[in-house]
Amino acid sequence: MKQFEILGKKDTRSGFGEGLLELGRTNPDVVGLCADLTGSLKMDAFQKEFSERFFQVGIAEANMIGMAAGMTIGGKIPYTGTFANFSTGRVYDQIRQSVAYSKKNVKICASHAGLTLGEDGATHQILEDIGMMRMLPNMTVIVPADFNQTKQATIAISKLDGPVYLRFGRPVVPIFVQPDADFVIGKADVLSEGTDVTIIACGHLVWKSIEAATELAKQGISAEIINMHTIKPLDEKAILDSVRKTRCVVTAEEHMLNGGLGEAVSQVLTRHLPTPQEYVGVNDTFGESGTPDELMTKYGLDAIDVINAVKRVIQRK
Amino acid sequence: MEIQQLTAIASQVRRDILRMVSGANSGHPGGSLGCADFLTVLYFEMMHHNSDSFSMDGKGEDLFFLSNGHISPVWYSVLARSGYFPADELGTFRKLNTRLQGHPSTDKKLPGVRMASGSLGQGLSVAIGAAQTKKMNNDPSTVYTLHGDGELQEGQIWEAAMYAAANKVDNVIATIDYNGRQIDGDVDEVLSLGNLAQKWQAFGWEVLEMDGHNIPEIVETMNKAKKMLQNGKPIVIIMKTEMGQGVDFMMGSHKWHGVAPNAEQLANALGQLEETLGDY
Repeated sequence: MKQFEILGKKDTRSGFGEGLLELGRTNPDVVGLCADLTGSLKMDAFQKEFSERFFQVGIAEANMIGMAAGMTIGGKIPYTGTFANFSTGRVYDQIRQSVAYSKKNVKICASHAGLTLGEDGATHQILEDIGMMRMLPNMTVIVPADFNQTKQATIAISKLDGPVYLRFGRPVVPIFVQPDADFVIGKADVLSEGTDVTIIACGHLVWKSIEAATELAKQGISAEIINMHTIKPLDEKAILDSVRKTRCVVTAEEHMLNGGLGEAVSQVLTRHLPTPQEYVGVNDTFGESGTPDELMTKYGLDAIDVINAVKRVIQRK
Repeated sequence: MEIQQLTAIASQVRRDILRMVSGANSGHPGGSLGCADFLTVLYFEMMHHNSDSFSMDGKGEDLFFLSNGHISPVWYSVLARSGYFPADELGTFRKLNTRLQGHPSTDKKLPGVRMASGSLGQGLSVAIGAAQTKKMNNDPSTVYTLHGDGELQEGQIWEAAMYAAANKVDNVIATIDYNGRQIDGDVDEVLSLGNLAQKWQAFGWEVLEMDGHNIPEIVETMNKAKKMLQNGKPIVIIMKTEMGQGVDFMMGSHKWHGVAPNAEQLANALGQLEETLGDY
């Protein structure tokens, strides 16, 4: 199996912050809005350098989404920033009517997604956001895997004319995507080729899947790893090309099984190529307080959980 | 435009509203009739806009957002009568494949509509965002919005109100259709707004009041509001109206908020309104 070098360790939200800053310097139409979480979202550098294009809206997320939708009229490209929970569940109807249905060029940028938000507990740990956003017509849903990819995705979505949900997180995690990699919306990254099983992951679970595949290789199991950074539109060809070869699939995500990446993948497979599938994700339960690592272990989102899922699915072939 | 001409247009708009709602056998005639005078004045007298070549960005033009999207019939009629699309299309209101959806949308690309509305409380935020973009673009045009009074029960309105005052969004004129009625009854009974003028004042807005059925007074108040623009404060006009205005049996009740008249009622209502521009 291909060896992956850890290029460093950083939080994905910092990738967003760097990407936004670079956009500020290269695209005068990009504007930022934030609901009292500028530091947490790493939007402070943009705020400092482009104060005339930064809008602090206070703790008023509904107004932030509505304002962002309105700002597109006249050609601005608004990037809204708050936690994933307040970026989606709190403002679903505002996104639905004023952004998705109205097809406005708003980029909804969401940090602290999932369990790795940690100690704040379940009130803030949204695990349903991918599902809510991928259900909306016109919405593109992107979940980058590391710091570099989050920066690349932040820049790439400025060139797509339409609503985007960009999901990233809080913890410091390994960087493995090359800093000069080309981020193509809707085109999956096949990280490592394999023959026995396909592992399709997004976000923090991509590195966990690399760890899992490395261990599996030692045990003689050859895993193909796909970084499915774009959940919608989903790269169906990448899934089908891989699964035709491996004949079984494991999906892995820091999200509810209901509505998430796994469900999106199974929809493709049941329609085109019915295949045994196992799911790594959170199964219909809320999170709780704890460190990110403790929570990932308790809720079954570690490399060992991917390994176990692979072993189960191979037996079902 | 002469007051007489505006009055004539408003009469035709009211006929259009009734015929559209009747033709669809659904829709919201009450609030639509109540806002016919205001929207006529806004589009035919107040706004700088280009109905010949609609552009989503509306650079250099005044913009209007209908936040209480359920009174779409009055807006569609005024848009058609001011040249955004042929008046004949009004007959497709609420019918399958129409551009005139039950509530306004951009989905079918109807000229004149820049944002979907219907789920209440969102239009003020949208207007403030569009107004901020106008400032960034050094575009001195004005952004207008219309809201129902019942709609003010939505919390997002007050988020937006707080934002606009704190950030001196002074290129917005919001108008409240203050008819005192909503689906379940009188606003005072459902959820009283208390002292509405004082509420807006406390939120830091310039507050004007006007009679929404006195066209000279609408023109005068709107002109006054325009003179107050670009002065550090957002502006709201509390517009007293009567739901169902212009049709005697529809006035004085919330009953006609969202009910279509039958054939007999339609004939009776149309008998009360002069056909001035020709029915579609």
